[in-house]
Amino acid sequence: MGIRARNLSKSFGSAKVLDDVSFEIEPGELVALLGPSGGGKSTILRIIAGLDTADAGEVWLGGARVDGSHTRERHVGFVFQHYALFRHMTVRDNIAFGLSVQGAPLEHQNRRVAHLLELVGLEGLQDRMPSQLSGGQRQRVALARALAPEPKLLLLDEPFGAVDAKVREELRRWLRRLHDEFHVTSIFVTHDQEEAFAVSDRVLVINKGRLEQAGSPLEIVEHPETEFVASFVGEVNVFDAAMRGGKAWVGPLSTKAAIGPLSEKDREPPGDGTRVRLVVRSYDLKFWRDDSGTAVVKRVITLGDRVRVEAVLDGGSPIFAQFPRRSSLLTGIDAGSRIAVEITHARAWPMA
Amino acid sequence: MTTRELQTSSWIPRAARPADTSTARARNRWTLLLRGGFAGYVTVLVALPLLALVVRGLSVGPRGLWEAITAPVAADALVLSLVTSLIAAVANGLMGLAIAWVLVRWDIPGRKLLSALVDLPFAIPTLVAGVLLVALYGPQTTAGSVLSTYGLQIAFAKGGVVLALLFVTLPFVVRAVEPVLRELDHAEEEAATTLGASTWTTFRRVLLPPLLPALAAGTVQVFARSLAEFGSLAAVSGNIPHRTLTAPVYVLGEVERGEPASAAAVSVVLLAVALALQLASRSLVALVDKRRV
Amino acid sequence: MSEKVLIRPHGGARWAIVAVVVAYVTVVIVVPLFALVATVAGDLRRVLEEILDPGALHALMLSAVVAVIALAVNGVAGVVGALVLVRQRFWGKRALDALIDMPLAVSPVMTGLAFLLLFGRGGWLRPVLDAAKLEVMFAFPGLVVATLFVTLPFTIREVALVLDEIGTSEEDAAATLGATSWQAFRLVTLPNIRHGLELGTTLTVARALGEFGAVLVIGGAISGKTQTATTFIHTAIDERRDATAYGIALILAAAAAALLVVLQRRPRKGT
Repeated sequence: MGIRARNLSKSFGSAKVLDDVSFEIEPGELVALLGPSGGGKSTILRIIAGLDTADAGEVWLGGARVDGSHTRERHVGFVFQHYALFRHMTVRDNIAFGLSVQGAPLEHQNRRVAHLLELVGLEGLQDRMPSQLSGGQRQRVALARALAPEPKLLLLDEPFGAVDAKVREELRRWLRRLHDEFHVTSIFVTHDQEEAFAVSDRVLVINKGRLEQAGSPLEIVEHPETEFVASFVGEVNVFDAAMRGGKAWVGPLSTKAAIGPLSEKDREPPGDGTRVRLVVRSYDLKFWRDDSGTAVVKRVITLGDRVRVEAVLDGGSPIFAQFPRRSSLLTGIDAGSRIAVEITHARAWPMA
Repeated sequence: MTTRELQTSSWIPRAARPADTSTARARNRWTLLLRGGFAGYVTVLVALPLLALVVRGLSVGPRGLWEAITAPVAADALVLSLVTSLIAAVANGLMGLAIAWVLVRWDIPGRKLLSALVDLPFAIPTLVAGVLLVALYGPQTTAGSVLSTYGLQIAFAKGGVVLALLFVTLPFVVRAVEPVLRELDHAEEEAATTLGASTWTTFRRVLLPPLLPALAAGTVQVFARSLAEFGSLAAVSGNIPHRTLTAPVYVLGEVERGEPASAAAVSVVLLAVALALQLASRSLVALVDKRRV
Repeated sequence: MSEKVLIRPHGGARWAIVAVVVAYVTVVIVVPLFALVATVAGDLRRVLEEILDPGALHALMLSAVVAVIALAVNGVAGVVGALVLVRQRFWGKRALDALIDMPLAVSPVMTGLAFLLLFGRGGWLRPVLDAAKLEVMFAFPGLVVATLFVTLPFTIREVALVLDEIGTSEEDAAATLGATSWQAFRLVTLPNIRHGLELGTTLTVARALGEFGAVLVIGGAISGKTQTATTFIHTAIDERRDATAYGIALILAAAAAALLVVLQRRPRKGT
């Protein structure tokens, strides 16, 4: 079932939570709503589900306008951040709930429950109570419960937020697998970029109630359309720089830079003296040992698979880069070493 | 992996049936119905009678009110009520804190029994409480006769009034302070200890402050409850005017004498005090919620 | 939050406090109870005879019936009220909230007086009653009304507390799964508020059985008609039938003890 949202706006008191958000989601897509906490992502989800109402705007599910209809008429599966399992019911009764209230015959219920338990890997646990389950198990029950009545749309609100890292990775992979099998249109909310990119087909970046960009993970990373997206995604250096002779200058360091979003690539480069925000990804930099270089290393940190080198440019700006551990560029680099810096790719955003 | 359909049987869930676009209007109707019904019930049951009382009481005019409460018996009754309630509030305030402390933080034998005993006044009819005290301290018993030789007749004397109030209001402060005590974080006390504070200092500066609003709210409740207390006093104090007659019992007397107006007048005064206390208690509770980090 | 561990009190000062607490509770609560039991036990045969007096039995039954009615009506009103107060937002909610607490602040005698002014001769609702040929004053309905008044807050407050703690997410989940409001209430809300409901109704019954002042004024303690257990005790004391009074009092105390057991199962908040 496809989803269309047009001009959604909502305020809580004087705080504007959603500001004219519009987007479209194709049937069968797995989409992530990504953004910092409090940006309005969960609100969008709840509005689609009918748990909250927008002050303005329209929501269309499967070609029909649903603004006036109650949650239970919308047939959306919803997985809550803290599971919201029915604490007084067994796992089996939780999963069967949607079927039971819709009057499904007992036989059908039992079959579905068995099927779903197998699917989420919780066979044998049907008589347990939620309080007897681990976080990861509870989340899987929540998912099974949402899927049981065969919804056309699956909404997940920070589904993996409350479990620890290892379990989270597993659940992510497993959500993706599930989606590949069943192709239910799904939207999930997260503030974790890695999660958004690892799991979804498309990402909608939401910040302060606005849709900053919608696109595939690659598009978001390579071709950010706004400064926020550029600086929010990945590990980046952000500098205040000035344009001179077609290049962006930060202290002694200069580089050619793509100006603004991809869509404006044919625009005139800004003139000399224009101040810009220069965004350089941590892997778009080269450091090497050079006594006549422009920066001094402050710290070298081993992050497991990668090494992070933090340095200070002559002139005071901090700068950092990350390298694979075996990189030859790291030879001879220690705290205090003087290094040369080369920027291989950068994007500049003119400041207003 | 092949694409599998979720559907595995002939039962069709609503999601797959033709769309149903009923509105959320029915739900709103129920909401309003429940709200209206409940509000109506409370209005008729509570607001109406109280309104009648207030109107009747005020109908004697400010002069009449003044005369009603300054009539000698009435004035003494009001004073007795206020004084005894104050004593009960202070006593059960302090002891309530101590009892809650023991119940929440210390592991003593018979903790459950103590807790049950503290709850007893909630369960027991106040009149029965009065009867208990008469049974114990009435002049016909050993304790009573012993005491009376020392000129301390409890039952039928002011002491009996206070004792009855202590019994009836014991649980209030305990139950008000308990939840706050439970929520106190041990870590804060431990921090204070590592910083060199003595037990007393830790109690005074770390533990007491968060307890104060709840303690105050509970004490105010004790005071209000004591002012209103009737059942236990009807049996105990023997209702001797000027000596052991409290305000509520006085009101009953006026009603029985066929003087509803004067009864209503005194009631209005009591009601006003009760309302003021309620407000005080509510603001204290709000203070608790606000200070909670 | 660090682990909650109960410590064994150590040191003289702490045990002194424990001693004071125990002594206080003993003097204020335990000893009177004991005295009642002892007094009854001392005159057991006469007490038993007096209890079996039809007047006494009728009074007990009347109290029980009124208590059950209060339980039912204010139990339902309590759940409805809690839902309305916790889940709805509307103008006048604060006033409603304050009204609900009023019965706790009003002395029972004043309650009786208030209803007297409403239903008695010359009262505001007198014409309505006369038209409907209903008797409230000095009749059974009066007892019920007075008891409903004094027991109003208990169930509402306890259920509201629980509802507030639990939040709406389970009910939201039920809605997404297709449950109607009634189904969500019956299958999700009700089981979740069960403890609050139990506690509230227990307090309601305790209060109803113990109501004295208001029923005295409204009912007039008419033997065989509006004589509840409490007014019966009062009358018995007035008539110097001490054995009877103590006997019935003990029965009520025993009922209270039974209710106490339920009250003690209250979950301890904050842990």
